[in-house]
Parts: sequence; C-alpha cells; structure tokens
Amino acid sequence: MIRTHILICAGTGCSSSGSVAIGDALEEQLALKGLSDEVKVVRTGCFGLCALGPVMIVYPEGTFYSRVTIDDVPEIVEEHMLKGRVVDRLVYKEHEGQELHEVPSLGETGFYKTQLRVALRNCGLINPEEIDEYIAMDGYEALGKVLTTMTPEDVIKVMKDSGLRGRGGGGFPTGLKWEFAAKNKVPQKYVVCNADEGDPGAFMDRSVLEGDPHAVLEAMAIAGYAIGANKGYIYVRAEYPIAVKRLDIAINQAREYGLLGKNIFGTGFDFDIETRLGAGAFVCGEETALLTSIEGNRGEPKAKPPFPANKGLFGQPTIINNVETLANIPQIILKGAEWFSSMGTERSKGTKVFALGGKIVNTGLVEIPLGTTLREIIYDIGGGIPGGKAFKAVQTGGPSGGCIPASHLDTPIDYDNLTAIGSMMGSGGMIVTDETTCMVDFARFFLDFTVDESCGKCTPCRIGTRRLLEMLDKITHGEATMEDLDKMEELCYYIKANSLCALGQTAPNPVLSTLRYFREEYEAHVKEKRCPAGVCKHLLHYEIIADKCKGCTICARNCPANAISGTVKNPHVIDQSKCVKCGVCMERCKFDAIVKK
Amino acid sequence: MKSLEELKQIKERMKDKVALREGTGETRIVVGMATCGIAAGARPVLNAFVEQVSKQGLSDEVTVTQTGCIGMCRYEPIVEVFQGDNRVTYIKVTPEMAEQIVREHIKGGKPIVEYTIGAAEK
Repeated sequence: MIRTHILICAGTGCSSSGSVAIGDALEEQLALKGLSDEVKVVRTGCFGLCALGPVMIVYPEGTFYSRVTIDDVPEIVEEHMLKGRVVDRLVYKEHEGQELHEVPSLGETGFYKTQLRVALRNCGLINPEEIDEYIAMDGYEALGKVLTTMTPEDVIKVMKDSGLRGRGGGGFPTGLKWEFAAKNKVPQKYVVCNADEGDPGAFMDRSVLEGDPHAVLEAMAIAGYAIGANKGYIYVRAEYPIAVKRLDIAINQAREYGLLGKNIFGTGFDFDIETRLGAGAFVCGEETALLTSIEGNRGEPKAKPPFPANKGLFGQPTIINNVETLANIPQIILKGAEWFSSMGTERSKGTKVFALGGKIVNTGLVEIPLGTTLREIIYDIGGGIPGGKAFKAVQTGGPSGGCIPASHLDTPIDYDNLTAIGSMMGSGGMIVTDETTCMVDFARFFLDFTVDESCGKCTPCRIGTRRLLEMLDKITHGEATMEDLDKMEELCYYIKANSLCALGQTAPNPVLSTLRYFREEYEAHVKEKRCPAGVCKHLLHYEIIADKCKGCTICARNCPANAISGTVKNPHVIDQSKCVKCGVCMERCKFDAIVKK
Repeated sequence: MKSLEELKQIKERMKDKVALREGTGETRIVVGMATCGIAAGARPVLNAFVEQVSKQGLSDEVTVTQTGCIGMCRYEPIVEVFQGDNRVTYIKVTPEMAEQIVREHIKGGKPIVEYTIGAAEK
C-alpha cells in the first residue's frame, strides 16, 4: 500500500538542474531502505517555481522542498520517509530565518496564493506519462460528455459563450473560429495545434505539453467533433524533446484506450492525431507559415484572406489553436461557459499563463485570472526585483510586444488594455528589467532576433527590420543624430503597415514602445553620447582614480587585453585604445578605485 | 474505450491513488515514526492504517501521515487522530487495532477509550 507520494518536477527547468538523476536516486534509496512498496516517486510537469529547482513536494504532508541536490537524497529518505522528520533546511521558505512552523502550506505562499490554475491545473500534480492519472483527474470526461450528450452546434455555442480567446497572441475568439470552420460543409477538415512556441523567454506551452499532454489531445478531439474533422496535427518544435516524447507517449496511450482512433466511446466518431516537428523557425508560429511547413514546404506565410478556417491545410478548412487555448477547453465543457466567463474582465475571460523572467526573484510560470495588475504579478507573485534595485519596465509579448513602464504597473492585464498601452498579450512571456537595463539595447536585442527570424518573403520585413537594426546600432554607438530618431520612427510605421504577416507587422513594437516611454534614454545616447544605464559599451569607459589606487596590480594582472599599466604601489592607468570594456578590472579592484563613466 | 462506463471504472480505480495528493482530508491520522516508534513497530502500524483507510473507502476524507518523536517513547507506537479541534491519542497500537480504530472511531465516530493514553494513565 502506498502511503506517501514524492512528486518531483520533471519539466525542462528542473530536468536541466538534475531532477532526473534525483528521481532515480530517490528510488534507489527507497529500495535500499525497503520502502519501495510504501513510497512512490512520481515525475510530474512544471510546478512553476523554476528559479528554485529542482523542486519536489511530499504528500500527504504537502512538504515543499526546493533546490534539492542529489547529495540530499539519502537524508530525505532516511529522515522524512523513514522517520517522518521533515528536512528543515530544504523546505522552501519565503524569507530568511523563517521557522519551520511558520512556513505556510504551498497554496498559501505568496507565489501561489493569488494564482488560479486552469490550464496548468494538472501540471505538477499528475504523472504526464500515465493516462490513468489524467483520467483520475476527470480526464476525457469532457470528450465523453461532448460525444454522447451534445451536438457540434452545442459545443460551439458553449465555446462562444465562454468568451475564450486565443492564447497564442492574436486573441481571436475561439468559438467564432470553430464556427467558421464548421460552416464549411466539405468531407475533409483539420484541427491543428500550434505548439511552435518561439518567443524568447516564453515556456508556457512547453510546460503544458510536458505536464499535461492529454488535456491537449482531448481538446483537439472535442474541436474535431465540433467542426467535423477527424484528423489532427500537433506542430511542435524539435527543440522541445521532452514535450515531443511525452506527446508521443500520450498519443499512443490514448490510442490503446480507444480515446483516439475509430469509433470513440462507441459513438461512431473517429479522430486521430499526429505530431509534426518544426525546425525552430520563429515564423512557423504564424498560422499560414505553420500550415505551409506541415505540407512539407519551406515555412513562409501567405496573404490572408483566405483564412485557414476556409482554406487551410492542404486547401481544406482548418482550425489552428494554441496549446494553452486547448488546455482550457475540457474544463470549459465540464464546468460550463458561465464558470469560465465568471473569471477575467469584461472582454477577456478566464486565466492566462505568464512566463516570468529577467530581473525578478521568482523566475517561473504563473497562471492568474485576467484583470490582475502587473504590480500584483511582479511584486506579490514574482517577489519583486532582486538586489533591491529599482523596477524599470516589463516587456510583454516577446519580440512582437512592447515595454510597459512603472507608470502603468496598476493596469489590469487583458488583451485590450495591453494593446492600448502599446504592448500586447502575445503568448505570455514577461521579461522584467531594472535600472541596469538600457532600453535602447533591450529593443536592439529583440530587433536582432526578428532580423534573424524574418523569413525573407516580403521586403518591408526582410530589409526594413535590417535597416531598423542598423539605426539602433548607430544609436548605441553614439553616432546617431536626432534626425535619425525621427527617420527610425517613420520606418517603424512603414514596416508595420506593409509587412505580409504578423512577424513583420509587430517587429517594430519593441522599438516604438521604448521610444514612447523612454525617449529620454534614446536622446541621452544621441545628444549626450551617454548610456544612462551604463550598458552600451561604445558610450562608456573605465578610469582609475589615482588617489584611490594602491598599486596592488590585481587589475593589470586580470586585464585580458593588457590595457592596464603601472608599477607596484603606484597608481595604474587604463589605455583606452586597448580597453575592451569587459569590466573585469572594476570587479576585481578591492579599493573601489575603478569607475565606469 | 467502448463506453463512458469504462472510463468511469478507470477513474474509480485511480481515484484512491491520487487522492493522497490533495492532502486535505478533514481527518488526520498521524503515526509517530521516530526511532522509538519504528523500534516499537510503528511501520507495520502505519501501513495498516493506510490500507484500512483505503479498504473502508475513506481515502477522500482521511489523510494518513507520519510525525517524529512526541516525547513519550515508552508508549510507542503512538497514533493520534485529529478531527477539527478534537485530538485522540492512542498508544501501543498494533496493526490489528488499526482496523478497529478506523471502523469504530473514524467511520463510527466513537473513539475507543481503552486504547487511549487517558486509559493508561489512570
């Protein structure tokens, strides 16, 4: 009889910090102590607190251990599993010196308290490689309900009433999309899952696929029934090996149980799913490019209309839904449209998953009801900015989104509000920056990404983004004039208006939004040839203050460019023509004698 | 999968196994599992409780967990049952007693007085 479950995160974050080996070591130690029949190790999807990985939770007590190493395993087994004594030093504490009895249960910690998990509800709770565990959590009941008690029209009505909007970026109402495809009366239609998550810093779809793959399969079958399709494709990038592996396992298990395939639940409905691996091109997240890639061609977008709901994969009506969108659907079917639309704001219903990254304490994955403010996400859930530094801006929506400054921190997050303040929901990446981030350099980073990822089919995107990047380079090198700033803005609007697909249409957003909110930083680079955050290398130099320098020679010995000269016990000097501005001298100096200007 | 019935059967079969992770049982059975408890035979007692709770269909409302030494080593194995503010302490528990405690106390609502620490200290 199993009395204890140890749930260990086997998502990508914790796997890369060693959770796979820790899981094996746990099983080994349990066997050694003769506890294999009493304690079960369950490998789950992402818990969300990736910054503290590898993490594990022990049930029924609900003890949450963070930053576990393989050397801690014998102690955990000996103390906790054998003797029932919680290993105090490994327990996640919200602040230094918190006593064990003061530690709140996991659901009560600041990180989890205000979260509401719908799409992520099974992540970190079930073993994603076990279909039975998904079934225990009401899995495939929604599909059963749909097939046995609802007509396709009923399903579409529920989806429309729920107010669910696409979670991949565009925010198009899902029910409406399904209705368009359902209206086309042709024998062959397709359901496609867009799992080509490409925004830098976004990993919510990956976590859903890794932690709860059956939810996506079930939702696709429901979609197939609603629009009259019997074939589904999941387009997932090859860079997500764990997600691909778990999807394949899930598809096979569902087929074995007859939850995919012919005559599901004896109702005569057939549906099957295949995966297609993407090669990691950002543009393939755009739906027409994605379909072109599934068809076996080079991933390039097409002009819309025709929309895929009318003429999509292989010329047939196709609906394309993002992973997170799909993960919400079985819940909506089981609990009803009203339940879903009771969460969120007027025009944005439900919850949204965000990947928190950058300069923030709790890097990880959070799911909150729409309408939560940025301040709540960043300070209450995210734990604020590390090192006591000041918040500068948060970037949402990845390379297509924009930066939001401190003045908008109290804006409730929904699709329309984010667009109104010059950013967008996007897929839900959220990168926090602090006072040490240069906003020009930050915009340049995203532009650099889109230049690489532009497919080259249309000129405004292919050449426009490159010219834009060159202008940003000029600014960070201190070579730009105020006229360049105006030209740059003009070019941004030109690219937005004339590009073929969303990649180009949104590529200038990071530049426009930083120009809107941090214009003074751009102007400092242009007029004063100065980078206020001290990031742009060409605009800063290091100097040794002669009065403070003790002549210890440590800077000269560590300089990789041999740019520092001087004799022992005498002040040193930096040769500016040789200096590569790596900052090593400043880091090493014990007397604070080196300054960055 | 031929019918919804089949799906329900799998769900029923699995429900007990994952109920453990909810960790929200209104009743908690806590077994002392320090060195003293283990030496006195707490391990089979713990397992007997886990088994009985499942057998008697109480997995949804009862959590079986372990704790360290509570300082009365001579009475081990000690098992405490918490229900709201109510706390009953059983001493020198055997696997055979587990079945009876679950049936009469947890299911029936009547603590078995002669097994409690109160009875021993009289």
